[in-house]
Amino acid sequence: MKIICQVTLMLAIGLLAACQKTLPFAPEEEDLLDGPVNGLNLEEKAQFLRGDAAFNEVFTIERGLGPIFVANQCASCHPGDGKGSPFVSFIRFGQADTLGNLFLDQGGPQLQHKAIPGFEVEQFPAGAPSAILFAPAVTGLGFLDAVSDEDILQSADPNDQDGDGISGRPHWNQIPDYVDPRDHSLSINGRYITRFGKKAGAYDLLHQTSSAYNQDMGVTSSFESIDPYSGLKLDPEVNIQTINDVVFYLKTLKAPIARNQNDSEVIRGREIFGELGCIKCHLPQLKTGLSPIAAISDKTFYPYTDLLLHDMGPGLDDGYTEGFALSSEWRTPPLWGLGLSTDSQGGNYFLLHDGRARSIEEAIILHGGEAADSRGEFTRLSPSEKKQLIRFLEAL
Amino acid sequence: MRISTSIYLEICWLGFLLVFGLPFQLNAQLPDSLQISGDSVGAFLNMDATYNRPFLSSEKMPVAVGGYLEANSLYSSEDGVSEGLSFQARRLTLFMSASISNRIKFLSEIEFEDGTKEIAIEFAALDVSFHPLLNFRGGILMNPIGAFNQNHDGPKWEFVERPDVAVSMLPATWSNAGFGLYGKTYSGSWIVGYEAYLTNGFDNTIINNIENKTFLPATKQSESRFEENNSGRAMTNAKIAIKNRNLGEIGFSYMGGAYNKFENEGLKIDDKRGVHVFALDLNTTIKRSDTYITGEMVYAWIQVPSTYTQQFGNHQRGIFIDVVQPVVKQKILGWKDARFNVAARFDFVDWNSGSFSETDLDIGDELWAITPAVSFRPSSQTVFRLNYRYQWQVDLLNNPAAKTASWLFGFSSYF
Ligand code: HEC
Ligand code: HEC
Repeated sequence: MKIICQVTLMLAIGLLAACQKTLPFAPEEEDLLDGPVNGLNLEEKAQFLRGDAAFNEVFTIERGLGPIFVANQCASCHPGDGKGSPFVSFIRFGQADTLGNLFLDQGGPQLQHKAIPGFEVEQFPAGAPSAILFAPAVTGLGFLDAVSDEDILQSADPNDQDGDGISGRPHWNQIPDYVDPRDHSLSINGRYITRFGKKAGAYDLLHQTSSAYNQDMGVTSSFESIDPYSGLKLDPEVNIQTINDVVFYLKTLKAPIARNQNDSEVIRGREIFGELGCIKCHLPQLKTGLSPIAAISDKTFYPYTDLLLHDMGPGLDDGYTEGFALSSEWRTPPLWGLGLSTDSQGGNYFLLHDGRARSIEEAIILHGGEAADSRGEFTRLSPSEKKQLIRFLEAL
Repeated sequence: MRISTSIYLEICWLGFLLVFGLPFQLNAQLPDSLQISGDSVGAFLNMDATYNRPFLSSEKMPVAVGGYLEANSLYSSEDGVSEGLSFQARRLTLFMSASISNRIKFLSEIEFEDGTKEIAIEFAALDVSFHPLLNFRGGILMNPIGAFNQNHDGPKWEFVERPDVAVSMLPATWSNAGFGLYGKTYSGSWIVGYEAYLTNGFDNTIINNIENKTFLPATKQSESRFEENNSGRAMTNAKIAIKNRNLGEIGFSYMGGAYNKFENEGLKIDDKRGVHVFALDLNTTIKRSDTYITGEMVYAWIQVPSTYTQQFGNHQRGIFIDVVQPVVKQKILGWKDARFNVAARFDFVDWNSGSFSETDLDIGDELWAITPAVSFRPSSQTVFRLNYRYQWQVDLLNNPAAKTASWLFGFSSYF
């Protein structure tokens, strides 16, 4: 018995002596998507935290959830500010061409396929054109938001004048009344360049956030006050201040930090990425214009998107569209943070607009249309070159 | 916050020295026979825990009073982020019992949690005995689901935290207005007890709450639950416990009924939905080593509308196991029956068992924790305990687990 006691005692002492190591270490900053951009002042940090709390707020029935909805929390679709999973993907429907959504009176544009107890879910109208959408990561959006229209136009080539087969164009779209265009925003016939969402249908983060509350959670605000269930105008269930905080939060989430940048395979992969012409759409570098938030004003950043619409071919054409985009067109998604996708998708990859690609390689192979040449060159790479390219993409 | 600079660890260390170093200095000789903690050898079942407490009574007064107090310090860190050191006055519990006549007695237990943040009547019931096998109990009673709910007094445990399955899956301490019967019978080394009650039950908050999971404890927030049964249907709660004085005790319990308000003013306003909870509890002492083992395993089925979000699971399970090994029992600093234990607890809760309907992928929402502990009991009614708890918690999607480690040092004592 004495021995047992001594052994126990020694073990316990050992444990305590190792105290330093008894508390979990913080993951490396570069391995996390969430967290604020560097350089916020105290007031901005406080607003960031308020927005963070609102982004994570769980909507209960009393708080305004539903009656029909898709999920009950921004963060359940964008966990850890990362990409969403099939569990919270949703269907948009009702519009096949630029003539607008013909199913707005039948529940369009989004299928709220969940309902609070005692209510019926929305039914999908037979024959409606539709697409499944997966939630993207929401990091670094403040930088994308602050890119000037001129800069977006600079990489556009709608008529493929340079003859490289790639003809990205901005989405000139109508914007809701409550959205104030940015200073120096360009406009043609009352239409503006919209840049957020898979079809680049949303103008800015206020637009995206207000419709997310409304369409994704059934929560009304003074911006989007029509309840998707009853079609009636309701009292705001989330107030303007909270929406402003969330918008501020989205604007000041840091840009994902690239990892393993000195790895030779990653370095070679980056070259291949250029050689295959991926960079023609996944533009490595953009810069922001002037912003009232100093931390994101006049900065160069590396999102790997041109914020333009591209025809991705029949394979990715679901027959559904928004605004003035074509059903085959999708906005180039930023590739930053790509390698961290599995940390929010339960250890899996669900890539492309509807999560159909279960690996990075599959996502590339499913490229078509304007990206057909790039895809073709990818398939001709040697296995080790493919591996290098993927190592590079994982390190983003 | 980097922990190397933390003064708290010094405090832990000091606490540890106090708890463990002293007896060895005072008396290096270990006693030949060591005894266990807990009361598993006696004729008591878990169901007797409410009365099996130290009470103060005076012959001149018809009432006896007692209670316990527990407080602790906590330093914890989740994924490297710590909120610093806090001191917690977790609970002050007062009990009062009265023998109204030979076979009628009354007992109440009032608990103040976290200061006065939560004040709860955990128990306030009248017991009338007709026969050892037939006793009536009515008032606010503690539902006999598992063993911890009824046997939850801090000083009985070597751990600062209550078991996760008991407080985060089951709603311990879970009391409700209701009434029913209980009884006990003995034969040789065997004791068999039963309890059967009808009480108020759960409400819709179990699937509509900011925990964002099916969460039975959510009902405890309801202010009206002692005056009104939300579903309009009584909850049934029954338990059978069997104990062999040499082997230990095993309990089987069930609690269930409708939980949502499905009728209002005579109108059917929703489908009736039920919750069903089964628990198995065990405790025993391994005679050879005096090792005391206690644990509980719980399954719950909750009807959730299929059109509601899978965020709220319809099947839950959880378990906890405590192993307590007494290592020293001797006179220390004038305490006659002072005792040192080393102990360990394993916790597991799965709030959402099953897989996503969209993908067949496994739903997460699980927690595991291990808690090694050392405790010092100057007397059986007072315990000083030092716990280290390491917890892994995964979200619904099984994304990388959030890791939390905590150092807890505190005491709990009857008075
Ligand atoms: C039901 C799941 C779901 C919920 C809840 C949800 N989102 Fe989203 N989110 C999506 C999907 C899917 C998209 C892509 C939609 C699109 O293309 O328009 C998206 C897109 C976005 C974007 C655009 C990102 C980009 O790169 O263009 C932002 C910003 C955003 N969400 C913010 C929010 C905020 C803020 C909330 C809470 C108010 C929220 N989301 C709630 C699923 C969700
Ligand atoms: C013509 C423009 C274009 C070119 C060239 C292009 N892509 Fe894409 N890429 C897109 C668009 C648009 C999408 C989104 C398609 C969708 O969601 O259905 C996309 C999606 C992806 C995705 C999935 C991202 C996610 O988050 O789901 C990856 C990975 C990717 N591209 C890598 C590449 C690589 C590697 C190359 C070069 C071999 C390449 N792309 C070339 C436009 C392009």
